[in-house]
Amino acid sequence: MSIFLEGLFNGISIGSVLLISALGLAIVFGLMGVINLAHGELMMLGAYTTFVVQNIFKGFGEPWFDFYILAAIPFAFLVAGLAGLALEKSVIRYLYGRPLETLLATWGVSLILQQLVRSISSSLSISIAIFCLLWFTPLFFLSRRSNWQQIKSWAIAIILPISLGVATLTGILINNTENKSLTRPWFSARNVDVTAPSWLRGGFAFENFQLPYARLFIIGLTIICVIATYWFLNKSTWGLRIRAVTQNREMSSCLGIPTGKVDALTFALGSGLAGIAGCAISFLGSVGPNTGQNYIVDAFMVVVVGGVGNLFGTIISALAIGIINYIIIVGSSSLAFSLSASNSGDLGFINLVDFFNFFATTSMAKVLVFALIIAFLQIKPAGIFPQKGRGVEL
Amino acid sequence: MSNRFDRRKFLLYGGATLGSSIFLKACQSPDTATPPETDPGTETPPDTTATGDTIKVGILHSLSGTMAISETTVVDAENLAIKEINAAGGVLGKQIEAVTEDGASDWPTFAEKARKLIDQDEVVTIFGCWTSASRKAVLPVFEEKNHMLWYPVQYEGQECSKNIFYTGAAPNQQIEPAVDWLLENKGKEFFLVGSDYVFPRTANNIIKEQLKANGGTTVGEDYLPLGNTEVTPIITKIKQALPNGGVIFNSLNGDSNVAFFKQIQAAGLTPDKYPVMSVSVAEEEVRQIGTEYLVGHYAAWNYFQTVDTPANTKFVEAFKAEYGDDRVTNDPMEAAYIMVYLWKQAVEKAGTADDLEAVRAAAVGQTLEAPEGTVTMSGNHHISKTVRIGEVRDDGLFDVVSSTDGPIDPIPWNQYVPETKGYACDWTKTDVDNPGKYKI
Repeated sequence: MSIFLEGLFNGISIGSVLLISALGLAIVFGLMGVINLAHGELMMLGAYTTFVVQNIFKGFGEPWFDFYILAAIPFAFLVAGLAGLALEKSVIRYLYGRPLETLLATWGVSLILQQLVRSISSSLSISIAIFCLLWFTPLFFLSRRSNWQQIKSWAIAIILPISLGVATLTGILINNTENKSLTRPWFSARNVDVTAPSWLRGGFAFENFQLPYARLFIIGLTIICVIATYWFLNKSTWGLRIRAVTQNREMSSCLGIPTGKVDALTFALGSGLAGIAGCAISFLGSVGPNTGQNYIVDAFMVVVVGGVGNLFGTIISALAIGIINYIIIVGSSSLAFSLSASNSGDLGFINLVDFFNFFATTSMAKVLVFALIIAFLQIKPAGIFPQKGRGVEL
Repeated sequence: MSNRFDRRKFLLYGGATLGSSIFLKACQSPDTATPPETDPGTETPPDTTATGDTIKVGILHSLSGTMAISETTVVDAENLAIKEINAAGGVLGKQIEAVTEDGASDWPTFAEKARKLIDQDEVVTIFGCWTSASRKAVLPVFEEKNHMLWYPVQYEGQECSKNIFYTGAAPNQQIEPAVDWLLENKGKEFFLVGSDYVFPRTANNIIKEQLKANGGTTVGEDYLPLGNTEVTPIITKIKQALPNGGVIFNSLNGDSNVAFFKQIQAAGLTPDKYPVMSVSVAEEEVRQIGTEYLVGHYAAWNYFQTVDTPANTKFVEAFKAEYGDDRVTNDPMEAAYIMVYLWKQAVEKAGTADDLEAVRAAAVGQTLEAPEGTVTMSGNHHISKTVRIGEVRDDGLFDVVSSTDGPIDPIPWNQYVPETKGYACDWTKTDVDNPGKYKI
């Protein structure tokens, strides 16, 4: 009984990590159809936000530090959400309906974000801020003029070199002052260490195994996120608009729904969820520029298996993949273990033990899970819950 | 639809391209943003003597890419040694001039840059490489040119080149003593965890053979793909195989280490019942994983920052004075630091830096009071090293809990692995066909 419970719990906890990292993608990729390869990097931004919040709370002293996590979650949501909003406004919205370009562009964005956290320093951020100020302020005022369309190219041709030049010059000047506090990278390419508060370390002993608090916390956080997302999409006005736009963009537009705003909001929401996922995974794994890369493939896998455009399918597929993954490794390992315990020295027996041991490694389990998914997609190409009705694109 | 590329567009795009290229240039970190007219690779020696006569050496490490994190620390240690030697009068009365090249974490680039250093810069030796892959990539170049490489990192052994001097540990100077110590002090039942690539698998094969020979048992092993961070199934397997505690031997690399230590602590595998022995976790990694997850676990190296020798006190002080108080020193950095000194001694004994055969012959037998203790260059181009086991303490440094009585002689061809059992390497031997690998 306890083995069964332990297996169930561990399977669910693997599944909940998959689910929380795929939830944002289920909205961005599932509902909007945007192949966002920068999703992992948005998670990474969330993880780095957690790191920054943690360091700020270290300054407040002991009783406060234990609760930094409660501040880190909304901040991670905000930072990743704002990054997503900026990404949507500057890149994605020009690429709706062009999946290949979106794929390449978001991959590029993911590389930029990785390099950004490696090399960002005070001098670099000052340069970027100056550039944004000099670039967006004149554009904002000029675009209010009635002859904007005529002067557009000229304005850009003048403002762009000026703002870039000034920003560059400032950057060079600051670098030349050799002021270490300004030119030193904030994070550098090294991994940073995020420490769970003391109440999230250790675990809760149950029969003969231990439920780690960090895992319980992630399961709880996942449940809250799923319920909140579900409520938002199905019960709120904006959720209604999002569903309307994803089902029939032209019709919604005719009926007066601001589709541009809806797109931006949906994308920001998905990105914000990625930020929360980043906060959660920082208690399990490393936080570094490459963190996002470790989760992106699994996240896409979950959404594809679950069926594009369906939140419920994503939940089921995440839990199923988590449990199956766990069963393959531990199941074959305990078979091998019980076989070798009753080992009679028979050669065939030893071969059988070796056979199960072979499948009991993590890398082999991954191969098997992928094989099962491919087989499953042969039977149900559109995932567990395929889209039905007129809205479906064939 | 005319696809005219008119003057207006030309100005627009041209301006944007020019501007963004300047912008990107400015965004580079200050140390690489050198003015273009000087060669970006060269570094002017700290004090050039009045004669202007210098000895050129090459430094070839990844200054960019994934390996840069580790390799730049080694470059710091090498530059420190060169600076110290120059301040003390140089080698044979000449100043050392270091030519630094970036291998960019890309193995073909390493080979190309090695060629460039040898042919164009005409350096007399090269200090470089970190990963075994990069070493294997430059090896043919050094053999073809009959040149000289000094390699500072602990590695899997099974190699012995005339053209390379290895100052990191061979397996018998790190992994094997660690297993012996565990068998004696921590238990007979081992669970092996590693990343899924050549070094952990080779290392674990050696460990399994060694356990078989010395009365221990391997109760299980598992490999995580590089970058994988889900450790739950492994924890279940460990608890299944070792219900009452036992030894975990960890050769994980990179991000997986962080996930592993965070999750085993949460699952209640504490160091008193499940001590973990790591072979890729040094002072620098401890800081990135988080000290509180590692306290009480063990690592095997030849050098720890806390080693108590006069030479080490001097080394740590000099390093912190040069690079800042928040920096730590670790095993590969120490190996990189001493290899510059070993090379200097060899050159002084040979009386020349340019005659590589003479320098090679003179290098064998060189002894140095290194921070880790006395080291001696052996005939197989590896050095004898003291082996230490360290326990992580609260401040992220290691308490040395065990150390061998004296330096251990290096054995590059492993004696537990059937394919290389009975083979040895000694470049001073003249009576065998292949001194790099001959039957004892």
